Amino acid sequence: MSQRDLAIRAEGLVKHFKDVKAVDGVDLEVPTGTVYGVLGPNGAGKTTTVRMLATLLRPDAGNATVFGHDLLTDAASVRSQVSLTGQYASLDEDLTGAENLVLLSRLYGYAKPAARERAGDLLEAFGLSAAAGKQVKAYSGGMRRRLDIAASIIVTPKLLFLDEPTTGLDPRSRNQVWDVIRTIVAEGTTVLLTTQYLEEADQLASRIAVIDTGKVIAEGTPGQLKSSVGAGSIRVRLHHADQRAHAQGVLAEALAVEVALDDDPVALTARLAPGQDTAEQGSHVLGELARAGILVDDFSLGQPSLDEVFLSLTDRIDV
Amino acid sequence: MTVTQTDTKSDVDAPAPVAKEHLRRLLATGERPAAPSAFASARAFAWRSMLKIKHVPEQLGDILVFPIIMLLMFTYLFGGAIAGGTGEYLQFLLPGIMVMSIVMTTIYTGMSVNIDINKGVSDRFRTLPIWRAAPMVGYLLADMFRYAAAGAIMFGTGLVMGYRPEGGAVGVLLGVGLLLVFCFAFSWVWTWLGLITRSEKTVMSISMSILFPMTFLSNVMVDPSTMPGWLQPVVKNTPISQLVDGVRGLFDGTVDSVSVLTTLIWSGGFVAVFGFLTIRAYNRK
Repeated sequence: MSQRDLAIRAEGLVKHFKDVKAVDGVDLEVPTGTVYGVLGPNGAGKTTTVRMLATLLRPDAGNATVFGHDLLTDAASVRSQVSLTGQYASLDEDLTGAENLVLLSRLYGYAKPAARERAGDLLEAFGLSAAAGKQVKAYSGGMRRRLDIAASIIVTPKLLFLDEPTTGLDPRSRNQVWDVIRTIVAEGTTVLLTTQYLEEADQLASRIAVIDTGKVIAEGTPGQLKSSVGAGSIRVRLHHADQRAHAQGVLAEALAVEVALDDDPVALTARLAPGQDTAEQGSHVLGELARAGILVDDFSLGQPSLDEVFLSLTDRIDV
Repeated sequence: MTVTQTDTKSDVDAPAPVAKEHLRRLLATGERPAAPSAFASARAFAWRSMLKIKHVPEQLGDILVFPIIMLLMFTYLFGGAIAGGTGEYLQFLLPGIMVMSIVMTTIYTGMSVNIDINKGVSDRFRTLPIWRAAPMVGYLLADMFRYAAAGAIMFGTGLVMGYRPEGGAVGVLLGVGLLLVFCFAFSWVWTWLGLITRSEKTVMSISMSILFPMTFLSNVMVDPSTMPGWLQPVVKNTPISQLVDGVRGLFDGTVDSVSVLTTLIWSGGFVAVFGFLTIRAYNRK
């Protein structure tokens, strides 16, 4: 990938707090125009990484460029291209929603009438017009988050950092935030999103870096990450427990893979080999079971989830 | 002044859905106004402070009531003992107690800066492409308004109590002006402290332990010539004493240009040293 297509190129970023290595050598290449997910558990170093990239923290070692501007020597240029929606609402709670946006619009250089207009437009687009005159401390979590994102696009940034944008939100608010993120990316802004929710990364990100204990432990498209732990699985629940041994033989022969017996005495699971198509093998197996006269109560196909990816990756590190 | 009621958190008025088409149009404008000047961004922050006073007017109460209490208390408690009469003592005390109470309220600036840092709103400000000192200067500009208000209230109370400035209106305005210049400069100590300490309580306790001795070891309450000989040069030369001499001279119409000049030099020094430290701490935060 050529340098000019990269929104962020980070090499060996390190940040220590006292003797804790919060970030311990992170490399990232974030292509422009996409959502890039940084996935990891609490305390993995996601926020610290974002804070360094957003010029809020100075790395102890390593360096990064944002659209070619050096983080250390040209922070001002970086700041003119990015905005940040932090993990905790970066708003003034004493001020109203409208006042927050007017203040920030003015700080972006809008004259007072234009700042008012921009603030009003954003409040309307984000469905917050009715709450415009209320202090932010009275906002619900979802409203705060929206106002925070609205504040980040007063001037459309080339790169938007979203640090755990849906943590603590109810499903409805979460879906709305996802819609907003998709819209922002569709208009050409690159988004770097941190999350501890695999589903969120899967839904939004076109590439994902999995980060744990300050290091990137895997990187790729969601599909690549999933196939790295193997293909999908087929799980069968039988009507009669005494047919299990028979079913195990049928499945093993049909799929040419090992078939495991579950703790549930009527269930068994076949993990497919890499390259085997889950859907195709599923209907094949169902036919074979019927031909053998085995009665099936429940039949399910599983894609490996990012959860499995994550657990297998972090396991590998721990062992 | 409007008092805005603080509503409790509730989702009763759940927000309307996001208007995606509208949002798309807003994103697509690609408008990028020219960055504001240093002064314009500081002014925006000053406006923010004034809005905070509007929404949380209690904070103004602190700053306006405390000086009046100080003035009443010291005049009537000590006047008889120190100057043989409250009227005479008030004449001596008012400029000094005005300096003391207003200088003491400068610590609020440091506390506000610290609260911003801890609340995350300063993350937003620090990622904006603006003059780095703007948030602090904005605070200080708004504080000038609060100090002026506190000065006016103390002066008004003093007049009612019988204070008569020999220096006239011009002297009084210049005296208050000198006090404001000093407070603006001196506040940088607290903005720096606000940036390097963990909580606003720490800011409060450290600044109080500096300010108490600093304001009492001065010529605010008593004439230093009544103090032991070894103490006099110390007390006479603190920045607070110099400021009090300057303000007192201007109020009394016996302008002490050396003190005024020394105060201005101290002020320049505070801005240079602690302004630098503040910006450095702000960038490194």
